[in-house]
Amino acid sequence: MNAPVILDRRRVLAGGGALIVSFALSDGFAQDQSAPTAPALKPPGSLATAPYLDSWIRIDADGNVTAFTGKAELGQGFKTAFQQIAAEELDVPFAALKVVTADTRLTANEGYTSGSHSMQDSGTAIQNAAAQVRELLIAEAARRLDLGPENLRTENGAVIASDGRRLPYGDLVAGDMLHVQAQPKSKLKDPATFKVMGQPIPRVDIPAKVTGGAAYVQDMRLPGMVHARIVRPPSYSAQLTDCDTGGIEKMPGVVKVLRDGNFLAVVANREFQAIKAMQALSAAAKWKETASLPKQDDLFRILTNLPSQDKTIFEQRNPSVLGQKTIEATYTRPYQSHGSIGPSCAVAQFADGTMTVWTHTQGVYPDRQGIAEMLRMPASNVRCIHVEGSGCYGHNGADDAAADAALIARALPGTPVRVQWMREQEHGWEPFGPAMVTKLKASLDDSGTIADWNFEVWSNTHSMRPGGAGSMLAAQHMAKPFAVPEAKPIPLPEGGGDRNAIPIYKFPNAHVVHHFIPDMPLRISAMRALGAYHNVFSIESFMDELAVAAGADAIEFRLKHLDDPRGRDVIARAAEGFGWRKGQKAPRDRGYGFAFARYKNLAAYCAIASEVEVNSETGRPRLVRAVAAVDSGQVVNPDGLINQIEGAIMQSMSWTLYESVTFDDTRITSIDWQTYPILRFDSVPDSVVVHVINRPGKPFLGSGETGQGPAAASIANAIANATGKRLRDLPLTRRKIKQAIDA
Amino acid sequence: MMLKVNGREHQVDADPDTPLLYVLRDDLGLNAAKFGCGLGQCGACTVIVDGNAVLSCVTPLLLLEGRQVTTLEGLGSIEAPAPIQRAFMEEQAAQCGYCIAGMMMRAQALLQKNPKPTDDDIRAELEPHLCRCGTHMRILRAVHRAAHLMQTADASTVQRSAR
Amino acid sequence: MTKSRIIGSAVAVLLIGGAIAAFAITWRPAISAIDPPAPQSFDKALVSRGRDLAAIGNCNDCHTVRGGKYFAGGLPVPTPFGTIFSSNITPEPETGIGRWPEAAFRRAMRRGVDRDGRHLYPTFPYDHFVNVTDEDDRALYAYLMTREPVRAPARANELPFPLNQRFVIAGWKLLFLRRGAYRPDPARSAEWNRGAYLVEGLAHCGACHTPRNALGAERLSAQFAGGEVDNWHAYAINAQSPAPVPWDADALFAYLRNGWHPDHGVARGPMALVVSNLSEVPDSDVRAIAVYMADVFGPPAPDRKRRAEELLAQAKSAPAQSAKTDATGASIYTAACATCHESSRPLPYAGINLALSTAISDPDPRNAANIVLSGVRPVAGERSPIMPGFAASMSDGQIAALLNYLRARFSNQGAWTGVEKTVSDARRTQTVFLKTMPEPDNVPADPTQRDKP
Repeated sequence: MNAPVILDRRRVLAGGGALIVSFALSDGFAQDQSAPTAPALKPPGSLATAPYLDSWIRIDADGNVTAFTGKAELGQGFKTAFQQIAAEELDVPFAALKVVTADTRLTANEGYTSGSHSMQDSGTAIQNAAAQVRELLIAEAARRLDLGPENLRTENGAVIASDGRRLPYGDLVAGDMLHVQAQPKSKLKDPATFKVMGQPIPRVDIPAKVTGGAAYVQDMRLPGMVHARIVRPPSYSAQLTDCDTGGIEKMPGVVKVLRDGNFLAVVANREFQAIKAMQALSAAAKWKETASLPKQDDLFRILTNLPSQDKTIFEQRNPSVLGQKTIEATYTRPYQSHGSIGPSCAVAQFADGTMTVWTHTQGVYPDRQGIAEMLRMPASNVRCIHVEGSGCYGHNGADDAAADAALIARALPGTPVRVQWMREQEHGWEPFGPAMVTKLKASLDDSGTIADWNFEVWSNTHSMRPGGAGSMLAAQHMAKPFAVPEAKPIPLPEGGGDRNAIPIYKFPNAHVVHHFIPDMPLRISAMRALGAYHNVFSIESFMDELAVAAGADAIEFRLKHLDDPRGRDVIARAAEGFGWRKGQKAPRDRGYGFAFARYKNLAAYCAIASEVEVNSETGRPRLVRAVAAVDSGQVVNPDGLINQIEGAIMQSMSWTLYESVTFDDTRITSIDWQTYPILRFDSVPDSVVVHVINRPGKPFLGSGETGQGPAAASIANAIANATGKRLRDLPLTRRKIKQAIDA
Repeated sequence: MMLKVNGREHQVDADPDTPLLYVLRDDLGLNAAKFGCGLGQCGACTVIVDGNAVLSCVTPLLLLEGRQVTTLEGLGSIEAPAPIQRAFMEEQAAQCGYCIAGMMMRAQALLQKNPKPTDDDIRAELEPHLCRCGTHMRILRAVHRAAHLMQTADASTVQRSAR
Repeated sequence: MTKSRIIGSAVAVLLIGGAIAAFAITWRPAISAIDPPAPQSFDKALVSRGRDLAAIGNCNDCHTVRGGKYFAGGLPVPTPFGTIFSSNITPEPETGIGRWPEAAFRRAMRRGVDRDGRHLYPTFPYDHFVNVTDEDDRALYAYLMTREPVRAPARANELPFPLNQRFVIAGWKLLFLRRGAYRPDPARSAEWNRGAYLVEGLAHCGACHTPRNALGAERLSAQFAGGEVDNWHAYAINAQSPAPVPWDADALFAYLRNGWHPDHGVARGPMALVVSNLSEVPDSDVRAIAVYMADVFGPPAPDRKRRAEELLAQAKSAPAQSAKTDATGASIYTAACATCHESSRPLPYAGINLALSTAISDPDPRNAANIVLSGVRPVAGERSPIMPGFAASMSDGQIAALLNYLRARFSNQGAWTGVEKTVSDARRTQTVFLKTMPEPDNVPADPTQRDKP
């Protein structure tokens, strides 16, 4: 999956012939001079798997600089952040640089844009590659000007000598100068001198989005493009028994009706014609359905009784420490939906033996592999290009829509085919965030410190992404279907269901077990934060329950068990920003809550303090204000970071207070915004404040998912504080709160 | 049928029952109004008709004879943004941005009727709109800012009243 | 004595006597204020019963304004005589009823007089609450006195002279206020009697569903023959019911309990809060109301029953085209309505098949106009039906064309008249209604999904 890619760049760079330029790094960075040309250590970030510098940075003869990333812009502001990084390290004006994102023909294979890895992997790669390219340019200039590199500096896209001579990058670049492998260490800029990095540069994609520019895959209009709509089965195991397509083929504008096993689609010249034809085709299709879904009321009992692979993932023993007072609790999370605002969409064209797919997939390479397998084509004949969709928050219907489009495009060679999913299809068929159960038990010693900690989590895998064709609906529904790949757990330290299951706190005795459940009664895959959302919700709710049992302040109690200095810093910052006072008492009908986590125990740190109001008549909860602190290492774009954390808080609040997928014994029944309500403006808080702790020079830490878990627990703790009742079953709905208050 | 969009007449060749959303996107090539649900539940398709915010996904073409349709494109451009566009850019009020055009049109219609809305007014007005990324706080700030910009009639922006 | 003197004396006696009589009729003594009772002094079980009774009485509907706190009043209630604003019935001492002893509360419920002895406008339906027993009043008092006190001074009513002089209400009461609580009918079941007690009393259904005379009192000879509230038509809920499918006790129970019924539609408009409240009260009370009202509706005439069966059978498939159609209305329906109203999705999350809709079959087009204009709004965080409103996208003429088409196609009643004016009036009143009506907490939900997380 992560094999280095040999790119065809001969057309891009001027000149021919391979030049191997060995270059000496400035002092301060070790390079083993006696070693052969290949570096002994791995270069950082994604450079480890795509080590050639020109996979990342290219400069043409006119001096135009392009940065390449294998990651996708999902609306987090990456394009902008990467542009900042490259511009900073290369000393090129921000506006003069362009960023090209995930495209199997042009960019490195960086797997998926997921797991908050983009900064850590791609950002680091671009930063180091840009820095090393700058050194190469200086070395080349040194050679040409016959000066030592200490007499040269870079500025505004040129190398400038101490005597004033100026060589623009375009003049310096020649042949395959940048086609060299990266060194393990780079001469990075001193953060104190940053001009662009660390600045809240306005995002490069927003202007088009607020003025009607083409910005999304949904906006693509290729010449001769036709519109397709899928008729999906009414339930997972439904079989198409009969479908009279004759009438539909004659409808105005209809170009083709495809039937391949249970895969049904219609193509028309105009979009609304396709929609009407889809409605007629849906009415004409007869399905045989089987009641195969578990009873929703019994879901958690059913899940915990399914066969599981049980693994102790963390063990700590200190028998000399004994607990006196023990408490236990079980927390549950239902299936939840990504709920992308724009239902999935893809455009595909099969021409000259090549299948090109424009898709908002999070992984163009794995998607390409899956589509190639489905179509029984060599992967080199399939090209997947990432074009932005609406926020996906993980594995939504994007890959499936891409497969749908490819399958239909193959039947209409030469014609670009646009597939747009309907709202009900996105809600009904996207792979959900898996339902989870956690059981916690801990005991306090007589000084009110945790002596013993037990944590068990039951969960499906949190990734069924392609890779294999069988991950995609079209391939599953075809007459000759591909089997759904075997579910596998994501290994630690990342983890899936066990992400953040190992506490960051230090306990004398601790025991953490992951019960991995391979059976998937509902279709599931990765959703923002994966298992960390529920695991942090559980841990941080339970820490509060323990704090109450110990008669301690929630924050003091946490600090008692936490070594990590950066963790302590975010906790202190959030507490201070909120005005948290030990022994505080909230006004009537209100409560205060706090939570903290370090995403995956290796990415960004986030602490959130919240104030929640609970209407004592109706039970309706409302987040009044939230104050967060985040440490994501070296900050590239502080505004982008704040935007992400604010968004995480709002989204997590919606998940936590409102959201659960519903189903009967056959079908998913939460299929639109009526039946799957999410946050609306009437419940938006009064204020959300995010404090950023910048760590100049420290590695980038992924922040896109760090807020989900702490927001959930902070709100749950505030509700418990307001009502005196502890709720442990997500979502914490008005009805549940009312029942708890009335009891 | 003749359809007046952003001040210009267009001869549109779509069936009269076609929702305005598809006419705008496919026949006229306008990007701002988006397909979010097609059911009138999310607001991503919002445009302005005769000064009122309208969900274009449930508004068939045949209703619009003789009416004036305004889309986000009709308010301003990157080179000459309208106050609402400038406000959203200055507040960086977008994450994925998919819901934003609809929000802006609803806000524009509000500000044309009520130049000094309270925070409660704005929240109530935006109730039909969903944002999944959680950009709500910035959206509210941007609408307030747009109101301020419209009030102070900053000379560097082009103010066009959507009719 | 001279003749003029005798006449003069007689007139004086009459005047004085009249004045004394008038005084006797209009004057009511003040009841002394008490210190606000401590909430803990009320028995929990009593408070709980009071909560259920307040839900049946729909107190929070009138006594709460959108955006305001519960029971703090301020809701504008339009009447033919002017606008009345509901009062603050939280236990706040200065602006609410915090200083009211139970006797004063009971007097208000029975006789429509406040603690100071002032007459209350019969917009507060004490002509129904006179039926409430002492113990139920006690429970209601306990419930209200344990709510959150809210400081909210009463808004001044907007009434012309002399109606703004409260003593004129005394005259109204003389004419229209009965004495005495509801008396059970021994020939009927306990359930029927319970239903009658609730309907005639706390639930005050007739306050909306019974037509009123020129002085604003219910015309008891036409009980449940239909009334209005906030420019919505409260349908006839007696033998004159216009519902295409006749109501029976089971259907009524499901509708009142869940907020919707597949053969009738979804309770919205002013009924939204009623069913939201009823979803929280004991099943037995809702069933009792349903049993009593089913009796009020009466069994359907045979041909009405037959037509209903035909309709229900037809409703399973897409509605057939009708011969006589208004082309504009037909196109609007097909383009804007049919996707949801002819979908295979079950209620309450899809549009009802309009052949089953009471709004279309009712003699009064106002409800249909209201719904088309404003749609059905979602309730925060709850699974709830959403219908877009068409006020901004359709003109009065277009909505009128649509409504006339729906009437012709989906009912077997004669055409409505004056529809365009109805629509333009409705635009105005709906705006106010939506701004002030308190939001329901519970929403129509599939009972199998209702209590899902």
